[in-house]
Amino acid sequence: MFRYTLRLLAQSVLVVAGVLATVFVILHLTGDPASLLLPPSASAEDVAVVRHRYGLDQPLPVQLLRFFVGDPFARPEQRQTTIGLSGYGTGQVQTRLRRIRGAIFGDFGDSIRFTDQPAMPIVLQRFPYTVQLMVAAALYATVLSLILGTVSAVRPYTLLDQAVRTFAILNQSIPNFWMALVLILVFAVSLGLLPSMGYGHWRDVILPAITLGSQSLGRNTRLVRSSVLESLAQDYVRTARAKGLPERIVVARHVLKNALIPAVTVWGLDVGNLFGGAVITESIFGWPGTGRLIVESVTFRDFPTVAAAVFFIALVFVVVNLLVDLSYVWFDPRVKLG
Amino acid sequence: MARMDARAAGVLVGPPPAVPRARRRLWRTLRRGSGPFNLAFLVLVVAAALFAPVITRYDPTASEVTQRLRPPAWQGGGSRAHLLGTDQLGRDVFARLVYGARISLIVGMSTVTISAVLGSGLGMIAGYYEGRLGAVLMRAADVQLAFPFLLLAIAIVAVLGIGLLNVILILGIAGWVTFGRLARGQVLSIKQKEYVEAARAVGASETVILSRHIFPNLLTPIIVLATATVANNIVVEASLTFLGLGVQPDLPSWGNMLAGARDYLYVGWWMSVFPGAALTLTVLTMNLLGDWLRDYLDPTLRNV
Repeated sequence: MFRYTLRLLAQSVLVVAGVLATVFVILHLTGDPASLLLPPSASAEDVAVVRHRYGLDQPLPVQLLRFFVGDPFARPEQRQTTIGLSGYGTGQVQTRLRRIRGAIFGDFGDSIRFTDQPAMPIVLQRFPYTVQLMVAAALYATVLSLILGTVSAVRPYTLLDQAVRTFAILNQSIPNFWMALVLILVFAVSLGLLPSMGYGHWRDVILPAITLGSQSLGRNTRLVRSSVLESLAQDYVRTARAKGLPERIVVARHVLKNALIPAVTVWGLDVGNLFGGAVITESIFGWPGTGRLIVESVTFRDFPTVAAAVFFIALVFVVVNLLVDLSYVWFDPRVKLG
Repeated sequence: MARMDARAAGVLVGPPPAVPRARRRLWRTLRRGSGPFNLAFLVLVVAAALFAPVITRYDPTASEVTQRLRPPAWQGGGSRAHLLGTDQLGRDVFARLVYGARISLIVGMSTVTISAVLGSGLGMIAGYYEGRLGAVLMRAADVQLAFPFLLLAIAIVAVLGIGLLNVILILGIAGWVTFGRLARGQVLSIKQKEYVEAARAVGASETVILSRHIFPNLLTPIIVLATATVANNIVVEASLTFLGLGVQPDLPSWGNMLAGARDYLYVGWWMSVFPGAALTLTVLTMNLLGDWLRDYLDPTLRNV
């Protein structure tokens, strides 16, 4: 058990290191970050200074190392320098360069859009909003899929079952962003019942949550349905029925409990899908979360913020999957440790 | 990707409880029978893409300023000249819909071809030779799967720039992971089979074993995964384009149509409903076709 936990942990650390290296490679595809930091009118001298400060004149392996751990040997007076840039606007523009502590300390450099602010705190500040939306979506998807999946499994191949299955596959097939547009068309434009965008009122969360939860809802409904069907055929259900338990109790106590295990295990996968969907959902509904931040930052070519946000989400994803893997073993003693 | 997991879980399901036999058989026939219908719809989409200039006389990018925001023909203010209405620039919605099928299909097919070739090649190598190379490949897959697919695509498009070719390359190459994992898993079990051992015993070379004995057995799961991935990639492309991070904004694609429609929700419902419906129907039929294909190609699952 202990060794298994350790091994999973070690694997996750490796994956996170790989994620960081990937982010480094992606950032390097942007070309010369110095040209992004400086106005187009900056002189070649300024560019050279910035390139040197950011270590862009160093060999690639050194740059990779600096990206990971910053520059631990820098003297305190080197930690912050101010350089003047000439010819931008009316006069002299001052750009402060901060010493980067390195990605493993969560420092991805300063945001280009919000000058002088480190990128990671901006991401962290927006993250709770994304979590709120994800929790709302997950709640909606989980509760409704449990109800619908069970209802349709106990009356298989009926009209109701067919309706539920159609509803499920529609939820799975409708792309998030079109779902959002249709929901706005129906509930905001035609009926005027719910706001089409915004954040603050409890009603603001309804349409984004339905949009974001739709994929999970469709998939989980199908999953719950098939696992309830499966456990209905088990011997212990026959025993429960044979001893005269009412059907309602058989389903609630014997069937659902066992059917839940496979449904819970896909939860970890859902988190990844929810993050992807959050980018779109937040952008459409004006939700102030990390997903919208990413799209905004891409538009501003604010790559440090994009990198910090993408890394942070990948990190959360890895941690959630690690926890799901571990809980799998803790909760189900039949799982053999390989 | 996620869709496949649900499917894998579905495979494990035992026979349903006491349900009248006849009703079950009817259901199965219906489900299997839907295959030809789905196929027919997809043929329609492909035909629309191929013969777009024949189907509509409008140029999907030409705007008529006097014909802006016309509703569909059957609604007041609509005209028969523009069956599904026009958009904010006076472009014919039907024409854009038909030409949009081209882009979706091009993206769907080409990305999956790249992913399937790259992924099954690397997966077969990783599965057959295991060793260090296989381990490195699978760790790389782990790292890539730590990013939500859409986010990874956004990050790469952000730095490489938008455009049809970039989107195809990014989705195609990033998609190797699912195919690689599938191929590796299959090869790991296939190479233990007696017929592979027999081939080795009679002195077949590794190339022959891989191409003649292992590869044919990989085809079915790869084809099934490919149909699901086509649908998935079409949605990812449309989503990227919708966010302004996909194909060029002047291309008549479904994602671009929906992006434009977003600002006109209050005045032109038709601009968002038709391209979205086309996208959803295409994806839906592809998914159903994938299910049907799996049942058809894999007889061991027929009774599920």
